[in-house]
Amino acid sequence: MLSAIKESKLLRSQEPTLDVARRRQDFPILQREVHGHPLIYLDNAATSQKPWSVIEAERHYYAYYNANIHRGVHHLSQEATDAYEGARDKVREFIHAPRREEIIFTRGTTESINLVASSYGQSLQAGDEILITEMEHHSNIVPWQLLCQRSGAVLRVAPIDDAGQLIVEQFASLLGPRTRLVALTHMSNALGSINPVKELVALAHRVGAVVLIDGAQAIAHLPVDVTDIDCDFYVFSGHKVYGPSGIGVLYARSSLLEAMPPYQGGGDMIREVRFAGSSWNDLPYKFEAGTPNIAGGIGLGAAIDYVRSLGLSAIGTHEADLLRYATEQAQCFPGLTLIGTASNKGAILSFTLAGIHPHDVGTILDSRGIAVRTGHHCAMPVMERYGVPATVRASFALYNMRHEVDALFRGLAKAQEMFA
Amino acid sequence: MSADLRDLYQEVIVDHGRRPHNFGPMPDASHQAEGFNPLCGDRLTLRLKVVDGVIEEARFEGVGCAISTASASLMTEALKGLGASEAEALFAGFHAMLTGEPPATPSSLGKLEVLAGVREFPSRIKCATLAWHTLHAALHTESQPVTTE
Repeated sequence: MLSAIKESKLLRSQEPTLDVARRRQDFPILQREVHGHPLIYLDNAATSQKPWSVIEAERHYYAYYNANIHRGVHHLSQEATDAYEGARDKVREFIHAPRREEIIFTRGTTESINLVASSYGQSLQAGDEILITEMEHHSNIVPWQLLCQRSGAVLRVAPIDDAGQLIVEQFASLLGPRTRLVALTHMSNALGSINPVKELVALAHRVGAVVLIDGAQAIAHLPVDVTDIDCDFYVFSGHKVYGPSGIGVLYARSSLLEAMPPYQGGGDMIREVRFAGSSWNDLPYKFEAGTPNIAGGIGLGAAIDYVRSLGLSAIGTHEADLLRYATEQAQCFPGLTLIGTASNKGAILSFTLAGIHPHDVGTILDSRGIAVRTGHHCAMPVMERYGVPATVRASFALYNMRHEVDALFRGLAKAQEMFA
Repeated sequence: MSADLRDLYQEVIVDHGRRPHNFGPMPDASHQAEGFNPLCGDRLTLRLKVVDGVIEEARFEGVGCAISTASASLMTEALKGLGASEAEALFAGFHAMLTGEPPATPSSLGKLEVLAGVREFPSRIKCATLAWHTLHAALHTESQPVTTE
């Protein structure tokens, strides 16, 4: 009876409401001041802040059971291995991957993409085609350019429309019999646009291409189900989803991973080493050479626990409300031009102010304790598309509140006053 | 507004940022270089007319923030009549002012001193020095764009 009551309470707590004021207490950094003002952190697309549970998970590992993993017969090594491998299980569940050996730990999104480009990329030949989109982050452009240089493959780019949405018909028309690989973002870091990844994956699979989804932004804002999306690779970083930096994930179909050559050689990735030749460990370890970021992996596990305890739908609802609130103010703010107005958009507000360079806006906001990103957001082709050198980007997370949005716009008004 | 911010965005800087002096092309330039700050996307082209080792004219074009534009504007004014080594010495003095290091040879920076407030904003020092790095490249007629990185 008691357990039944508990269960129903638990179910109710998963309803999409977020007690933001309370959740803010989970993030120690939100207590601090910057230049004499309470910190207003609106640079979440660059990196998110960390809750106590993540900070404590790392600290606890180093303080009480620090040991190398997968090798020791001693107790600490077993504890560390269990925690690290437990984090892998949490990642698998979080993104609904079928099997734990399909979760490869990396340093982050960038390394995950480079792993695929280096390893899977070896199967590409001159004349093969790689299709990306115009809204990609540099880390989902440059590794493919390097692969093209090595292999003679050709890079194709699917364009976006003025709102910052991928033009699906053009994407489809760029797919062909030579398309071997498609790499695209789930959610644009510069524009906020969310791509219809399931539909795009289906289109790419029709021509036999494999698809990599860059989930660096999406992972903190959208429920991700790699089985439903049916992608071949899905990559993300821990630090954007309230976890530590220096840890990231590559999900890949095990059938692909089996066939792919190792990425880096070293300890842990081998079965047997002889000077005449070595053989490789089973998945996922074949792709995890050397001592990994153990604390980071454990911290990522704690971050996933945290996000799941709140529910991504509750987080998403709150962030959508903030974005709507901010967009309404932006639309009637004189001289403000929104860059990225996709109908399906995550919690990112990218814009320019007439007559004031984003860098100056950023400095003025900073003097009021407001952290935003100014610049090209590692998406120079997007800036070129809109004919601007840079934008101001405010990006929201679960702990942001409407009064912080108000403070942002008061800061922008101040900037205009200074430059009037 | 904080005192630091007022020091950074003095009226002179805002004015030069909005209406830079010596802004535009120079068809008969003897020296030219491009500067680029990959961090913020600021980009400028600096052109010099050097006659008998003396900078007779300096002009620039490009896009940048108030700090980099004002710095370029003030620099082009300060350069007129200087020899290459004098210009480099001015850069050294200017750089020392921004980083807070004592200059090797203390000298008056004149109107350039209005940019001293940048010292309190380490992330903006590259904005203020972009034009000067570009000057260095132009004097050595380096054809590759210089960057602040």
